[in-house]
Amino acid sequence: MASPALKTTHPGCAQSIVCDGNEAAAWAVALSRPDLVAVYPITPQSSLVEYVSQFIADGKIQAELMNVEGEHSVLSALHGAALAGGRTYTATCGPGLAFMFEPYWRTPGMRLPIVASLVTRDGITPQCVWGGQQDAMTMKETGWIQIYCETVQEVLDTTIMAYRIAEHHDVMLPVNICHDGNYLSYGVTQVDVPEQAAVDDYLGEKDVNWHVALDPLRPMAVDPLTGGAGGIGPSKFVAYRKSLCDGMQNALGVIEQAHQDWADIFGREFAPLVEEYRLDDADYALVTIGSMTGAAKDAVDSAREKGEKVGLIKIKTFRPFPIEAMTRALSKVRAVGVVDRSVHYGWNCGPLYQEVLSCLYRTGKTISARPFIGGLAGADLTEAHFAKAIQATATMWADETTIDSPIWLNEND
Amino acid sequence: MHGPPPEQLLKAKDYKSDVKPIWCAGCGHFAVLSAITKALAHLSLPPEQVALVSGIGCSSRLPAYTHVYGFHGIHGRALPIATGLKVARPDLTVLVTGGDGDGFSIGGNHFMHACRRNLDLTYIVMDNEVYGMTKGQASPTTDPGWEQSRLTPHGTGLPSFNPAAIALAAGAGFIARGFSGDPTSLTDLLIQGIQYPGFSFIHVLSPCVTYHPEQKAWKKTVHEQSQSTTADPVVAAQRIQQSDRMATGLIFKAISQVQQQQHPSKNISLEQISRQFVTHT
Repeated sequence: MASPALKTTHPGCAQSIVCDGNEAAAWAVALSRPDLVAVYPITPQSSLVEYVSQFIADGKIQAELMNVEGEHSVLSALHGAALAGGRTYTATCGPGLAFMFEPYWRTPGMRLPIVASLVTRDGITPQCVWGGQQDAMTMKETGWIQIYCETVQEVLDTTIMAYRIAEHHDVMLPVNICHDGNYLSYGVTQVDVPEQAAVDDYLGEKDVNWHVALDPLRPMAVDPLTGGAGGIGPSKFVAYRKSLCDGMQNALGVIEQAHQDWADIFGREFAPLVEEYRLDDADYALVTIGSMTGAAKDAVDSAREKGEKVGLIKIKTFRPFPIEAMTRALSKVRAVGVVDRSVHYGWNCGPLYQEVLSCLYRTGKTISARPFIGGLAGADLTEAHFAKAIQATATMWADETTIDSPIWLNEND
Repeated sequence: MHGPPPEQLLKAKDYKSDVKPIWCAGCGHFAVLSAITKALAHLSLPPEQVALVSGIGCSSRLPAYTHVYGFHGIHGRALPIATGLKVARPDLTVLVTGGDGDGFSIGGNHFMHACRRNLDLTYIVMDNEVYGMTKGQASPTTDPGWEQSRLTPHGTGLPSFNPAAIALAAGAGFIARGFSGDPTSLTDLLIQGIQYPGFSFIHVLSPCVTYHPEQKAWKKTVHEQSQSTTADPVVAAQRIQQSDRMATGLIFKAISQVQQQQHPSKNISLEQISRQFVTHT
């Protein structure tokens, strides 16, 4: 059952409802008018696809629902539908995403504008059904656009924006909207649901297989054999790769425009790439991603009340990586503590930390940095954890040192 | 490692771990767990010579509740894991457990190939016609008109999968159907399946009282098969297709051609195994 409506509050808003992040995502899917949704249930995604299914059963969405035998088939089914010109959607996470991997890493190369929610879940082993971003972060080199949400409202709004971004002709890439398992999937709050007509205007006409299609009227070789061994030589393969990289870079501007247009129509602004919070006069800052940011901002506010000049940098778009926006933000401080909700094996830190290091080089300044890892396997990241991170970062700032060994925030929880 | 010496008669409780199952009260899987431990006790198989491999799902939690070697594997992949184990250690008795979603949906491909590979595995599928752990979605054995799932509110509309028919078509030599509500007969089928020198498939009707409360009526609708076991696949095929899928018993038992390779470690003693885990200072 979808949640009951509250009174309408904002322009472009059809109604306000109280719901969790999984239901919010389902509302976004409904408003985006997909043609095909394929699903396989997995914790903590299951209720999301159940909401979508109910919307289809109720006639709210004119779409086909395929309840298939596994995630490998889920994404393969979407490939077929996207090549036939359909707008498509699925959601998965964790082991389901891992099982989806073979069609998953083909999707960007075929330039299929599929939108998939990742209700992020930590990676096994050991066995765990709880939230964490290890699943999404493991996929960061595959060519999907990755956008991480902080709030339930942002999940709803960004999931609609994802179609605008994915289907932009300068992009034509699949998009993952990532929302933290447990915290956003089941966290309940009031959200505004946009009007259908306004969303229709925002997304515009669907045109998703102009470039590659399974269409008898436009016969073409989809995904041709390249390289040697009977193919047409390395140049074609390089052309595909370069084109995909170009699409990724084009996406930065498209993501910004999609957010700007959203704000103009619906009155809700979200930093599209990197958000700066109390940063302009800060000596040092935390860097965060996803739903942890709320508690981190509270910790920043508390520290500010004690006279600490601390700010916060939140990344929303992780792929493509917003190098300029992140470099600009980092340039404002002299020390950063980067909090990851996953592990970057081989660098003994989190993946966000490793990417921040690359941007620090571009600032041309000496900025101290330290990795923090927390929130694994559904562990709470509370204001107290961030207070600890702020304190450790303040010490680095005072000492002008960089310490590469991570602080594991939930080590003793 | 402590426990009774091998020559002492083992009891069913010797195969149970001290981990309390987290299944719902009334779940059919409790009786399947009990039947498995009784079958192992009847065969007096030393716990350290038995391995239990599972996939993902409610029923796949079973290895944790036993005192034999266990591995809680990947969704749908219990059979490949067990195949690798059996090839490497043919001396072990390898049981494989899981549910209808794990075995027939995401792992359906492996089910067919395990049947045709015919290694000496015993595959026990607890079929409740639902994905229980993700809270009640339709599986391949769900009735097409079942409308209680939030994922398929108007039913799947798809014909349900007939596991015994697939097993037969794929070449399984031992096909039986048991019922958790008749643990004595189920234990007997498990004993026969473990003793069978090839791939044995035991399809267990095991009600989910949470998402399929109507399956409580299986107590009345499940019945023993009227004919005796056949070794003729054509006869078996006809019976499987004509059956209401509620008939229990050993449906088909072929003369197995399996050649079981013997591993030199077959007669290794518990003391010898224990010594492998002792740190010498």
